[in-house]
Amino acid sequence: MSGIQESIVIRTVVRIMVPFIQIFALYVIMHGASGPGGGFQGGVIFGAGIILYAMIYGHKEGKQRMSDKLNRILSSSGVAIFAVTGISCLVFGGMFLQYGVVPLLPDNPAVVSRLLIDVVEIGIGITVLAVMISLFFDVSPPETDEEELPASEEAGQ
Amino acid sequence: MKIIALIAVILAGGMLIYAGQDLPAFGDPESPAYQHPIIEHYITHAETESGVGNIVTALLANYRGYDTLGEVTVIFTAGMTVILLLRRREI
Repeated sequence: MSGIQESIVIRTVVRIMVPFIQIFALYVIMHGASGPGGGFQGGVIFGAGIILYAMIYGHKEGKQRMSDKLNRILSSSGVAIFAVTGISCLVFGGMFLQYGVVPLLPDNPAVVSRLLIDVVEIGIGITVLAVMISLFFDVSPPETDEEELPASEEAGQ
Repeated sequence: MKIIALIAVILAGGMLIYAGQDLPAFGDPESPAYQHPIIEHYITHAETESGVGNIVTALLANYRGYDTLGEVTVIFTAGMTVILLLRRREI
């Protein structure tokens, strides 16, 4: 554990900031239909929030929030949400990802298209955030070994 | 070996700079990318056809939705590959 992780200022600021980062990420995902934003950007921001938490509080705390199992489920379910949305358009007689044909609101295909674009953006965001977090956990150096090795050496001496 | 690599990098960079001279100016309305007739269709019909006010999102998720599905699949595959190659397993 390095000096940054022990700093009470950084730990407190991170604990306060992470919920706001995540709410901003949800805003960016849901705002993708009417302004700048979208699934890729929002997913990256959401993943960055959890990565920030795991950097300061350690891998163990981070994996309690986002376990490997949950990560696997999320990263594949995002692609599945996107693909199922496209296939549901096929089922209702349209082309792949032709959102307007899904009869949620029969008289207004543009609104249906907007809703399904939001669903697709959420799917993109889920996959991107899960892959971001999984990349961080896999690439960052293991910290538990570093903590345990000096302690065992001291015990040996 | 390093000198060969340096020469190759300089040659490739010089070729890129030489080719960059022929690119259209930034925002040039006469450039071929803005001359294609489909552009006008996107600008005039994107909101009524896709229901979203943001043309970028309309293109990304509606007109080019299949492409975006491929992009998400690429990201997913990259993540799975890193898990396969780099994940430290508890033995």
